Amino acid sequence: MFNESVKIETSNLNVYYHKNHVLRDINVRIPAKKLTAIIGPSGCGKTTLLKTFNRLLEIRDNVKISGEVIVDGENIFSSKKDVSDIRKNMGLLSQKPYPLPMSIYDNVAYGLKIHNHIKSEELYERVKHCLDEAGIWKEVKDRLHDPASGLSLGQQQRLCLARALSVEPEIFLCDEPTSALDPIAAQQIERLLDKLKNNFTVILVTHTLRQAKRLADYVIFLYFGKVVEQGSADELFNNPRNSETKAYVEGDIS
Amino acid sequence: MKDQSYDNNKLIDIKYDMNKRRIRDFIGIKLMQIITIIVSTLFVLIFLILFSKSIPIFENVSLTDLLFSSLWNPEKGEFGLLPIITGTIFVTGISLFIAVPISLLSAVYISEYAHKKTRSFLRPFIDVLAGVPSVVYGLCAFLFLVPLVKDFIAPRFGIESTGLCIFTASITLSVMVFPIIISLCVESFRSIPIELKEASLSVGATKWETIRKVILRASAPSVITAVLLGFGRAFGETIAVNMVVGGIPKIPSTLFHPGQTLASLIASAYGEMMSIPLYESALMFVALILFVVVLIFNLLGIILLRKVKRRWNY
Repeated sequence: MFNESVKIETSNLNVYYHKNHVLRDINVRIPAKKLTAIIGPSGCGKTTLLKTFNRLLEIRDNVKISGEVIVDGENIFSSKKDVSDIRKNMGLLSQKPYPLPMSIYDNVAYGLKIHNHIKSEELYERVKHCLDEAGIWKEVKDRLHDPASGLSLGQQQRLCLARALSVEPEIFLCDEPTSALDPIAAQQIERLLDKLKNNFTVILVTHTLRQAKRLADYVIFLYFGKVVEQGSADELFNNPRNSETKAYVEGDIS
Repeated sequence: MKDQSYDNNKLIDIKYDMNKRRIRDFIGIKLMQIITIIVSTLFVLIFLILFSKSIPIFENVSLTDLLFSSLWNPEKGEFGLLPIITGTIFVTGISLFIAVPISLLSAVYISEYAHKKTRSFLRPFIDVLAGVPSVVYGLCAFLFLVPLVKDFIAPRFGIESTGLCIFTASITLSVMVFPIIISLCVESFRSIPIELKEASLSVGATKWETIRKVILRASAPSVITAVLLGFGRAFGETIAVNMVVGGIPKIPSTLFHPGQTLASLIASAYGEMMSIPLYESALMFVALILFVVVLIFNLLGIILLRKVKRRWNY
């Protein structure tokens, strides 16, 4: 299907949430250092699939997962793997930005301090670097020690991106990261995502088809918890093989 | 023609109806307003009554003597409240010192670690515990804790004690404060959005790191409110303390010696307050202290809450 190396692969992944069969026999392959968009109507399990990848689904009650998620050749559900390491390897951008209840600086330093013993000067440089990468350094450099909650939503989302960058993940999980933002802030995030995909494996859940068309290299179409079609963006958008995909891509079902 | 008149009638109907609804609205608002005013006036009224009733004691005994003299002999006209104030500080302080950390840890366990079934099973129990009348706690403490302190705990420290002492009162109070703090804290921990936890976990924080640095901070305002309510209960608790504290207005030399607290003093003395001159006024002053201290702590709480909310908002 594609020649790139596979970063994440699932085999027969099934998820039950409150006894609802949310994901059914998911078999997907996600290429490394590309942007993969997961599209589909709301409630089809996009977010659930995303959160199984870094095992965040498990912190909720009444969740049952079966099957395998293989990241870099290793099953993340195997008991050998430390959950924190799996999660650290996957940065998360959620629908609404959730800055931690601390200052702007500490939001980024949080992850760094957990994983490394570093001197404060080095910490400062790393925090600065991450904020810079997320395109927010210039806006916050004079108020690093103000509470993060004082930032605008768009700034908060970029701060969350900086926070995710701080622990040097290889994968980015983005759950409709622009849905709560105004058009300009959304555009900034999109640009960042476009930049990120050169160095990271980015998985973007989105309900905006146009966003997927703008950004995606590879697309997975989910419908009622099943993978209907997956393939390169070019192929899936211009030449869908499945009739449901065709209907969705053309806007007939939503 | 006929149709139009029908319409007109209908219009009037609606107008009439609207008026009725407006009047109902008006009455409702006014009623709530009046009730609120009455309740707020009560606050001022209580303060004024306590203050005016305390005036005789101010006229006869200096404020420094009242607060800092350690002689409490109303029959001899000595009204030094220091031993009772000390007793109150000890009992309240120790009980909160024990109750706050234990309650917080327990709340964290119930909210974050316990299985869903355990949680839904435990929570009603804790709420019931918070509502049990204090005399029940007093009775249990008197029947079980007092002998325990007398026969086992105090001798361990080489002290002879009747069991009726500051220590017993503190433990009793801390047990009474647990359910209040636990219940409120569990409530607040559970209301933290799961996405905030996810944000912390997704940078590789462990569950405990997330609890310590994110959940506890984000719910700091509610934790402060819970501790304040716990303080209010411990500070003002009367009957349960009265049953086990010993009731002797002397500065206790150890925690296993009897003492007295402000609230408990009023309860045990009000029967005879009419027979001794100035006694009534002195007790009113004690009540005034209770009132003012609770007021001050609540105001401090509000200031602290504002600061914390600004700093640790999410």
